[in-house]
Amino acid sequence: MKGPEKTITCDFKPRTLKTEGGFETGNTKHQWDYARIRAAHKVLAEYKYERRGVVRGYAGRTLHVDLTTNEIKEKPVTDDMKALFTGGKGFDLKLLYDAVKPGTRWNSEENELVLAAGPLCGVTQYSGTGKCLAATISPLTNIVCDSNAGGYFAPYMKFSGFDAIEIQGKARQDVAVIIDGAEGVVRIETAPLEEVNSHLIAEQLTHMYAADDTDAARQKVAVVSAGTGSEHSYWGCLNISFYDPRRKVARLKQHGRGGLGTVFRDKKVKALVVRIDKMDGLSNDPADPDKIVAAGLRHHTEMRDLDPHQCCMREVGTGNIVEVMDAYDLLPVENYRFGSSPRAANLHSQHFYKRFTQVIPDGCWFGCTMACAKVVDGFTVLTGPYKGMRFSVDGPEYENSGGCANMGLFDPDWVIEWNFYCDCYGIDTISFATGMAFYMEMYEYGILNKERCGGLELVWGNGEAILEFMHRIARGDKHEFIVNAAKGIRKAKDWLKAKGWGDPWLVENCGMENKGLEFSEYMCKESLAQQGGYGLTNKGPQHDEAWLIFMDMVNKQIPTFADKAEALHYFPVWRTWFGLVGLCKLPWNDVTPLSNAKAAEPAKVPEHVQNYADLMTGTLGREVTPKELVAQSERVYNFQRAMNVWMGRGTRRDDWIPYRAKGPVTEIEYLSRKDRYDKQLVEKGLATKEAVAKMTVAEKRDLLAGYRDDQYEKLSDAVYYRRGWTPNGIPTPQKMRALGFGGYKELLDMLQRKIGEDERAGLNKWGGQYGKDAKYGKDESPPTAEPRYWEKW
Amino acid sequence: MKTVKVIVFHPELCEGDLACERACSRVQYFKSDEGGEKSALRIAKGKDGKFTCTVCNHCGLCVDLCPVLALKRLKSGVVALNRGACVGCQACVAFCPTGVMRKAPGHIVPFKCISCGKCVEACPKKALELVEMNIDDLEREVYARHGRVCP
Repeated sequence: MKGPEKTITCDFKPRTLKTEGGFETGNTKHQWDYARIRAAHKVLAEYKYERRGVVRGYAGRTLHVDLTTNEIKEKPVTDDMKALFTGGKGFDLKLLYDAVKPGTRWNSEENELVLAAGPLCGVTQYSGTGKCLAATISPLTNIVCDSNAGGYFAPYMKFSGFDAIEIQGKARQDVAVIIDGAEGVVRIETAPLEEVNSHLIAEQLTHMYAADDTDAARQKVAVVSAGTGSEHSYWGCLNISFYDPRRKVARLKQHGRGGLGTVFRDKKVKALVVRIDKMDGLSNDPADPDKIVAAGLRHHTEMRDLDPHQCCMREVGTGNIVEVMDAYDLLPVENYRFGSSPRAANLHSQHFYKRFTQVIPDGCWFGCTMACAKVVDGFTVLTGPYKGMRFSVDGPEYENSGGCANMGLFDPDWVIEWNFYCDCYGIDTISFATGMAFYMEMYEYGILNKERCGGLELVWGNGEAILEFMHRIARGDKHEFIVNAAKGIRKAKDWLKAKGWGDPWLVENCGMENKGLEFSEYMCKESLAQQGGYGLTNKGPQHDEAWLIFMDMVNKQIPTFADKAEALHYFPVWRTWFGLVGLCKLPWNDVTPLSNAKAAEPAKVPEHVQNYADLMTGTLGREVTPKELVAQSERVYNFQRAMNVWMGRGTRRDDWIPYRAKGPVTEIEYLSRKDRYDKQLVEKGLATKEAVAKMTVAEKRDLLAGYRDDQYEKLSDAVYYRRGWTPNGIPTPQKMRALGFGGYKELLDMLQRKIGEDERAGLNKWGGQYGKDAKYGKDESPPTAEPRYWEKW
Repeated sequence: MKTVKVIVFHPELCEGDLACERACSRVQYFKSDEGGEKSALRIAKGKDGKFTCTVCNHCGLCVDLCPVLALKRLKSGVVALNRGACVGCQACVAFCPTGVMRKAPGHIVPFKCISCGKCVEACPKKALELVEMNIDDLEREVYARHGRVCP
């Protein structure tokens, strides 16, 4: 949801695109002895399978690779599985549920890393149709974390014959898993000589597994890799390659969130490679290609005609919103203390536009004309092991620039440097930035200092220290700070408290994590709905579930708890639907059609929702309505919540967010927006104007905190009720049955048991049990008078 | 100076016979006699009774838009599509500044004029002509007109 119409003026100069015959990136050329690297591979297991095409969006089977036993097998995708879970993240969850136990942790033998396509993954006629959905039990949250990425892996995996791959067990030595769709063979091979870091290994394996020495052959290979940062932190990400034949570079997109790269390297997987021999515009076997083309052409035309006047995604990618966030006091600055900064002007998109080498098409999958994957070519690395070398760096995207603002880093070249190493080492930019911002704030207060940080001077904006911290993680530095800080904010908070450093309340409420996952880069203090969008989530505070800031705060479209709850029902369900089918969310609302001006609910972008229904109809060969799309997603959304409960989370307690997400924790924050907060104290009837004038800053802050905590609990009540959950946030068996999970008896029994335990513990009541109990005033009421309302269903 | 032969239309000679379209659809990969939606060149009659023709001028913008390098400018200067490499994404169709990269119903791979001259031969009124044009001029015009980054 973009907010008000155009808030930035694009002042971009025309530039010529001529790319015929390739493009000189100026990158460092690497010379590797591929024959020697390949010769060092030893085949540990080989599985030959029957090659057959995709049928109406599904390959019809999944692949299971056990690295402990070196067993490879395939499993059928049944009609039931398709009906209940649709694909993508739905398949990830189903396969994980079958494979893990409630006590499974990220490094347990039975934990799996699952990567899945979806029925629309691999379509080429619509923007954003190549997403891979990966999930695992996360080292950060101890529950399932899912993350999506572009690149060629998921479509190629499906065209090779598999809707998903499960990687279970642990190898004894570094291995590569090769899916050779050209030959119909899957192999586990030792991979002792390849590099670990993504920029290098992606290039090596792309060359090694291409059928011949041509760009066309290299473009038919996709590599999944992580890096040395993944090995030594809980912030590991996965990089998915997509070979760019113009730049002649294996570019990378990231499964950023939740430590998937950490699990990948814990299993000693160096790379996952897929190779196809052919594909075309009908490889996904659509029932009605022309229906899909019609929708695709409508969207492409919007990109051509409207994007230059809306978001400029084709020119600067998601970074276009840095200036918008800055203007609306939503850009996280210095660990979310402030929402804007005069220095943030240095990160506005035009500064990156100057550095981007525009060689359209820049989409991370074929046919994406939104093409937001921007590149700085020939970037000379400033620090670390690759200092002086030149690379193509993808990004920065908004989250990267926003993350740098959060660390007080306002120099575009350092943003690119940091972005490069995050990807290269396989580290999630969002978790790293939010984590570092927290450590920097603790450093400012003296809770951390140079000695406690192993010599690092973590003052705001110190690019060299930020990079040195990352290099030390990647080197496996054993200093106490590096080890604990690299495990994420949640564990670092516990470490600080165990050390007795700092006021525990301050530590707990400054570190921006929920469920163990670091917040993404939006300020949500002034938007209650977005606080829910971050906290009342399945995997943790990531904006892919809900981004309601403009609807709530700027456009004021959802004033009541019931309105907010409706938005927090619909949008998380809708936004996670993209993950079920293998799509990117951005083309949905980062360009809006002309019809949106007259739409009844413009935030939903109804014309585009209909496009997606058309894509499903055109692919599956049966009529699919927008309503059915939402129903598909609601099923999977609730299944994920039920899995969280099964694994001991997924309750109101887990949805609690630190106070920094809700309001000013420190006096300096209060004072920086004093007029706003003072006014609210009076408007909400918390104190008279005269009383406010006499109060100390700390008193006013505490009064406001009491109010905002109370609001969050009431919001939770309204949202749980709308979602059909108990007051403690448990999806009820009745709800799960209505969604079609009647056959999951053990799961339903578990939910019933949990609800019974909550009953005995007095948790099945509205009004909040984790923070201070919310008190409903005389003009307010809980969502229903009957706390156990679901029993009447 | 690099040149390319481009179809030039003389509306005053055209009588709307559409032999050109039928000739074109015969040389396209789906080998049809239908013309119309299966012709790379299209003749239309305006409200004023005058005919117009839309056909590729080989400006080459589509070459930049293809994600798999399936579109190339040949030595002759003609911009041509390698059907075997095409992944059917339709980006070239949507972004063509003159709307002459076509998609025929039932066929996922687009098609375009390759200045073969069959339409010129087919026209009984000699309303079509192949004329050598300077490629730099064509490119300069289209890139200026569709400035910024994306066309």
